[in-house]
Amino acid sequence: MATVSVRNISVAFGGTKVIQNLSLDVQEGEFIVLLGPSGCGKSTLLNSVAGLQEIAEGQIWIGGRNVTWEEPKDRGIGMVFQSYALYPRMTVEQNLNFGLRMAKVNRDEIQKRVSKAAQILQIQPLLKRRPGELSGGQRQRVAIGRALVRDVGVFLFDEPLSNLDAKLRTELRVEIKKLHQALGSTMIYVTHDQIEALTLADRIAVMHQGVIQQLAPPKEIYRRPLNRFVAGFVGSPSMNFLSGKLEGSNGTAAFRLSEGKLLSLAGYPFKGPFAQGQPAVLGLRPEQILLRDKPAGATTLPIQFVVDEPMGADTLIWGNVGQEMVSSRVAPDQSFSPGDSLEASFVANQSSIFDGVNGDRL
Amino acid sequence: MKATQTNPNNASGPQPKHVTLGRIGLYVFLAVSAAFFLLPLFVMIVTSLKTMPEIRQGELFALPASLNFDAWVRAWSTACTGLDCNGVSVGFLNSVKIALPSVVLSISVAAWTGYALCFWRAKGSEIIFAILLVGAFIPFQVFIYPLVRIFSSLGLFGTLPGIITVHVVFGLPVLTLLFRNFFVGLPYDLFKAARIDGANLYQIFRHIMLPMATPIIIVAVILQVTGIWNDFLFGVVFAGRQNLPMTVQLNNIVNSTQGVKEYNVNMAATIITAIVPLLVYFFSGRWFVRGIAAGAVKG
Repeated sequence: MATVSVRNISVAFGGTKVIQNLSLDVQEGEFIVLLGPSGCGKSTLLNSVAGLQEIAEGQIWIGGRNVTWEEPKDRGIGMVFQSYALYPRMTVEQNLNFGLRMAKVNRDEIQKRVSKAAQILQIQPLLKRRPGELSGGQRQRVAIGRALVRDVGVFLFDEPLSNLDAKLRTELRVEIKKLHQALGSTMIYVTHDQIEALTLADRIAVMHQGVIQQLAPPKEIYRRPLNRFVAGFVGSPSMNFLSGKLEGSNGTAAFRLSEGKLLSLAGYPFKGPFAQGQPAVLGLRPEQILLRDKPAGATTLPIQFVVDEPMGADTLIWGNVGQEMVSSRVAPDQSFSPGDSLEASFVANQSSIFDGVNGDRL
Repeated sequence: MKATQTNPNNASGPQPKHVTLGRIGLYVFLAVSAAFFLLPLFVMIVTSLKTMPEIRQGELFALPASLNFDAWVRAWSTACTGLDCNGVSVGFLNSVKIALPSVVLSISVAAWTGYALCFWRAKGSEIIFAILLVGAFIPFQVFIYPLVRIFSSLGLFGTLPGIITVHVVFGLPVLTLLFRNFFVGLPYDLFKAARIDGANLYQIFRHIMLPMATPIIIVAVILQVTGIWNDFLFGVVFAGRQNLPMTVQLNNIVNSTQGVKEYNVNMAATIITAIVPLLVYFFSGRWFVRGIAAGAVKG
């Protein structure tokens, strides 16, 4: 168990700076997920923490120690890779104890730690096999085991489930969460899969272009995204965006859609005052657009029905607000026919309003 | 995944078609081609088993009247190479003494260099790689005279270590290229994982990369054994009188201008000399193709 503190680091590949002046503090025993599209610098950040990537500026502290210039093996970390990276010519057992053999740990201790890890991950029957004879899920278990035997305080996961099929992914996701609960270790987990991020994380760091856009618990990220990038990246189908202008003043604020209709935003917690006619974007999650019951004080939003997509547990309704297409998640028993005018509504204080220019939450 | 063994009793797929004219033509062509390439070998073997009077009758393709291994014995132990009359056996030993250390040394060095070029992104490694590439394509004859001067000033000229050094140096560019291309194809995550496990550059090489490199090592061994065994020019220039390899001694036997040409002895000596590379190809041809393909996939 250890804290991880990334302090003002910059990383450059050749001339281009991939990460610039980034800081991140991870609490002891916390599960942090680095979430972002490919090329956002999340893997680079993880490699920097691991010591596999040289940093140009800044410091990295693990467990209260400055490890900026230390070798990966001395940082007290274990890492799991997307490609598993198991040593193909060694048996599972040799894969697990390779690090311990390199560190010249005595035999009894090696035996003890390997059998403990094998027991936790339920891979005892596989110990004598080679990686080539294992399935993808088994390989990833062994890879996790290799980090486990190192008896470290910090686990780093680099997209560990991306090479697995959907069913296995769900299974191993739960196992990783169980493992975190059982060990209480600090974990940093890189993924581009928002479901993994939302289900696993204590806090999510959403990254874009080498910058942490928002660092918050999953619910906060989902409900109160700090900017349009976070709002659009997290959530499936993604948040609906309607562009327009702000009118009125704090308390009696309203949103003028570009087609002309005025929507009341009464009750929306603005961070500060805004200018009359300021360009803005109204963000509504599909489940925030209500079609059946209109709660008291909700704002009405007329929608032209286009198609529906029944998904089993719920149904997605696609419709137009002026020129813009929006989706609404409703109970599966509701059905409409094309061209219907729907009286939808939303609750203003649950919605998100972003600056029309820089995309920041207002 | 393991390939399932094909069982002839439950083979699947369409039944083979009956023999067609095209098939017959194909096999005739293959047989003729095979005969064309086997004919010289046949003549050599047959001639080596004949006596000189039989050879003088001039019937090149005729089988020997009786199996007579005298020529083989003479080629091995008493044929005259210049002034000495000890057959090619001396040359055989010399060739082993030259080839064995050269092969082991050149492959060890090249495997390490190829690995370092691939995984240790040191400053200037790109330039070293470019120099190696150039080295692999410059005709080696160009270097002989400067090398002779360098070696004689170092006291290496005409010695066993001298000729071994020459073979190692000239083997390095192509072998390093071979190993580098192989290692580039391995996942880089393996290297990262091993670093986290605390292995150093050498330990990663020794415990993880080298065991994976078996196919490419076999290719390198084949290349080097046949190349060094068949070498004539370096041997005649650098080896020195005491260490002349088999190829040079064979030349001295076959091209001697004195006395009667003993064709049967010449043929036997030639076959003995060629036997090592022939055996190497025969037993490892399959590996050779596989390894070359493995090394060529990514560059």
